[in-house]
Amino acid sequence: MSVSSTTANRPSLYDLIIKRGWLGKGLLIVVGLLALWKIVVSLLANPTLFLQQVINGLQLGFVYALIALGYTMVYGIVRLINFAHGDVFMVGAFVSFYGIARFQLHNWLSNLAPNLPPILTQAVGTLSVMAVAMAICALLAFTIERIAYKPLRNAPRISALITAIGVSFFLEYFGALKFVFTPNFITYKRPFEITTWFVNTKGIGQLIQGDTIPEGSVIFSNIFIIIVIASVALLMALNYIVQKTRVGKAMRAVAYDKQTARLMGINTDWIISFTFMIGAALAGAAGMLYAVAFPQVFFWMGIIPGLKAFVAAVLGGIGSIPGAVIGALIMGQAEVLSAAYISTPMRDAIAFSILIIVLLIRPTGIFGEPSREKA
Amino acid sequence: MMLNVQNLHVYYGAIHALKGLNFHLEQGEIVTLIGANGAGKSTTLNALSGLLAAREGKLEFEGEDITRTPAQDIVRRGVIQVPEGRKIFATLTVMENLEVGAYLHPDKAQIEKDIESVFKRFPRLKERRNQLGGTLSGGEQQMLAIARGLMSHPKLLLLDEPSMGLAPILVEQIFEIIRDINDQGTSILLVEQNAQMALSIADRAYVLETGQVVLEGDAQEILHNPMVMEAYLGGH
Repeated sequence: MSVSSTTANRPSLYDLIIKRGWLGKGLLIVVGLLALWKIVVSLLANPTLFLQQVINGLQLGFVYALIALGYTMVYGIVRLINFAHGDVFMVGAFVSFYGIARFQLHNWLSNLAPNLPPILTQAVGTLSVMAVAMAICALLAFTIERIAYKPLRNAPRISALITAIGVSFFLEYFGALKFVFTPNFITYKRPFEITTWFVNTKGIGQLIQGDTIPEGSVIFSNIFIIIVIASVALLMALNYIVQKTRVGKAMRAVAYDKQTARLMGINTDWIISFTFMIGAALAGAAGMLYAVAFPQVFFWMGIIPGLKAFVAAVLGGIGSIPGAVIGALIMGQAEVLSAAYISTPMRDAIAFSILIIVLLIRPTGIFGEPSREKA
Repeated sequence: MMLNVQNLHVYYGAIHALKGLNFHLEQGEIVTLIGANGAGKSTTLNALSGLLAAREGKLEFEGEDITRTPAQDIVRRGVIQVPEGRKIFATLTVMENLEVGAYLHPDKAQIEKDIESVFKRFPRLKERRNQLGGTLSGGEQQMLAIARGLMSHPKLLLLDEPSMGLAPILVEQIFEIIRDINDQGTSILLVEQNAQMALSIADRAYVLETGQVVLEGDAQEILHNPMVMEAYLGGH
């Protein structure tokens, strides 16, 4: 073997960095070690503060999970990144806002039966608002799919993607019109009062407004409880639908192979519409929960949570339902912990760095399978 | 006449795949379409199933025009295709594949009864009922594909290359099953490259060449036709 051939076989710097993923792996190791070091140091320095952040991150993560599921399910069935999904989330927040502020929808049961315990009437009222937001978002997604995406079913994928971005802008600026939603930031009216509790080594207690938080305690509110319970319930319902019901099995069959699904007598257009509707209903619920947690609504509020949920879906493995949930919980923690321990403005940069790292070293995500090209 | 295909023309973009195909099938028959690759056999089945649109011509099933009927309504009428390459839903279990096969028959008790009866016919599938479809062997997948087709109570079963890629002993077994299904009253339209095998169980046959019928007749006659022997049966 001659000397020149050895030189020729030596991989170039470009090969090492890009093709073998050194850049991504290197970034991952550096970021991972930094994050680990930060986490350990913060945990040791102030365990209560750390636990507080984890609780906040969990709350955010569950909201992202509800959004991420819509991305992942739609991608799984039509191989489309539905960039209008974040704006459906915004519509969910606005619908719930108008339901509460203008139509007093959350009070219907207490008006009807004032003697019932308030906790019951409030729970029913809140759930009713959420159900309306979910239904309207589902209807909206059905319309979007039929008008914007279905005519492009057999077009190149990039056409549908660009259309999705167009639909996203349309929803934002249509929503910004005065006679639709509003171009302004508005304060969200919660359908219930906030109650806050503190937990420390001595026990649990309710925090009365004006009190100082006792030393060394973690606080959580009924908002946290509602978000966790509502999200878990919706995730369980979704899992049941996808795994056990006739329409869920049809969804999985269509996602795997549309032609053969049609040979089973499955109306694939309807199953695709249904998938869009389920994803949008979850985004509608997420929109309301997000607005309850961060009480401000505005016409572009869907962009950043939408993009972060998209990152969560990619991180978990786009197309995978458990992946979307795990990815979203990781994103929630990453965002809250970086805001708390690095700097607040850095949290978005860190969230999107996760996307870059995933795409560099494992584009299929945590649960994703290598892409399977079908004829 | 159960199925009547008249002057069927199908195009793939600019490619004229079927050029005026005519054939028919009587209730209870096994009819086979044989021909080389690209003769238009699978295209014919996909046009019948409503996956491809006919540019011209007429498809009649049980006296009714189904030329423009959507795929799911054709399945509802009892015309079921078992596609080429089996096309098992690899990410669904054997049970779920069967349940999806019964998509248009949502009666749970009926589905359970039907699953019992296909398990009786294919005991292998019962053993593997909770496995993912993608983990089955080729022969098992073909059995599952046929079983899945039976779940929707076919009146007419369209079988596309059921012997493809199977060992000779499995081919024998599959053809025995096909004959058995036919004995129990289901009409069968069989598309095969393995002409010898197809002709041995068929009542009648059509020989296709570049989208047209070039020869038709009694299966035994065709089996012994010197021209067919030369072209499709490897001569003797």
